[in-house]
Amino acid sequence: MNKTIITVVGKDTVGIIARVCTYLADSQINILDISQTIVSGFFNMMMIVDMSGTDKEFNVVADDLEALGKEIGVVIKCQKEEIFDSMHRV
Amino acid sequence: MINIHEVVETNEMIEKENLDVRTITLGISLLDCIDSDLDVLCDRIYNKIYETAKDLVKTGDQISREFGIPIVNKRISVTPISLIGGAACKSSEDFTRIAETLDEVAKKVGVNFIGGYSALVSKGMTEADRLLIESIPQALSATDVVCSSVNVGSTRTGIDMDAVRLMGTIVKKTAEATKDADSLGCAKLVVFCNAPDDNPFMAGAFHGVTEADKIINVGVSGPGVVKTALERVRGENFEVLCETIKKTAFKVTRVGQLVAQEASRRLGVPFGIIDLSLAPTPAIGDSVADILHEIGVEHAGAPGTTAALALLNDQVKKGGVMASSYVGGLSGAFIPVSEDQGMINAVEAGALSLEKLEAMTCVCSVGLDMIAIPGETKDTTIAGIIADEMAIGMINQKTTAVRLIPVIGKGVGETVEFGGLLGYAPIMPVNQFSCDAFVNRGGRIPAPVHSFKN
Repeated sequence: MNKTIITVVGKDTVGIIARVCTYLADSQINILDISQTIVSGFFNMMMIVDMSGTDKEFNVVADDLEALGKEIGVVIKCQKEEIFDSMHRV
Repeated sequence: MINIHEVVETNEMIEKENLDVRTITLGISLLDCIDSDLDVLCDRIYNKIYETAKDLVKTGDQISREFGIPIVNKRISVTPISLIGGAACKSSEDFTRIAETLDEVAKKVGVNFIGGYSALVSKGMTEADRLLIESIPQALSATDVVCSSVNVGSTRTGIDMDAVRLMGTIVKKTAEATKDADSLGCAKLVVFCNAPDDNPFMAGAFHGVTEADKIINVGVSGPGVVKTALERVRGENFEVLCETIKKTAFKVTRVGQLVAQEASRRLGVPFGIIDLSLAPTPAIGDSVADILHEIGVEHAGAPGTTAALALLNDQVKKGGVMASSYVGGLSGAFIPVSEDQGMINAVEAGALSLEKLEAMTCVCSVGLDMIAIPGETKDTTIAGIIADEMAIGMINQKTTAVRLIPVIGKGVGETVEFGGLLGYAPIMPVNQFSCDAFVNRGGRIPAPVHSFKN
């Protein structure tokens, strides 16, 4: 398992999740969990994905999603899960 | 499984509160480069540093990208050059050539700074130590990224007052040699008591002789994160205050630990230590002074500041120690003036004096740091200030340091702009009474007794 956290922050519009999921499906990246919330008026979505099935490099996926985010008008970030694990789990 | 609130919290720390890893510092031993021929020595130094550090910047950038955490600096520290150059260098100019070699290779591998143009003279100076120290003004004006430090005292050995007196002059000469750049050379020169062997922070980083051949040391930061956390507990008692600082320091340090382990694994270099320091930058909201303000003093320097700083420093350590398997370096809150907007404001408001800063250094790392003083300050006065700070370190068994910048051609009331992470500083007044007779005595201050602690 090669877990990565994808976060999407911005103004809510139609089709954000669809666009991101389409990209992930095309790249053979499996979604393990999706959750969303509103923080200070902004739409926040988090996906936990498993990148062990994809042959794309982490950087490529991160760049592609960043570009996709710009297209939709939201900010999309990819971060390996370990940073959250080390900060929030003893 | 990680939940969205934890993810949002981490990312807010990074995006809004300036959480970053301040530095990955690669320590490299140069002991195996020693040769009596200066050309051979410089070649070996260049090659060893290049081979060891060529992937450092790339690896740091990759880690930064993958975890989404900024890694602000990548640096190198090397064995104190007075030890490495002793056999080959017959003059100060010879030592300057080594500095130029360090500068060249550091730029080649793309690091921000290289530290270790240093001499450890807490009990006495060898000829090589003296030549290196005398070369510092020339070396720092001829190079861009080389940092220099001189350890002039320790709790075990006392204070080498000959070295202190010499450093008063050297600081002044370095200021003169770089006066076209507002005496910037002095920002790359620090005088220590009890200098640690594994400090990743500049200007004082060097790779001690007690260290392995190469090592990864990481310095974390996060004053903004602590300040924001404290905003949520305004008006609460000290217990709540301290718990909040501890928890925040724990989280910040865990990020540093992760980055250090990853860097160590990817570079194939053992992990050394995490330095648990709150290191401010001139960025708004990235200030230790702002934390002190949040704790409850109007400006840094107001009565209560030393106590506030003492508790801050201690809680950061308590939180950080559990978060990392190895802690070392300086580990404490830094209180540089020019690099901290809150400190600058405090000086400009008239709340903070050199004397209060000296008192504050008794309870935190690291010392009188990045303080601009009038260019006409006498050498002996600078030496006197250094001696005072060294005495605090010696007696209290802690690291203390002095990084003063006598700005040539400028006086009290003017400001000096260093740019980048070094920031800007108002020039602070210095006590005008003389200490010539004290500084000029010569010799050493003996080591203190280690019992009868009162």
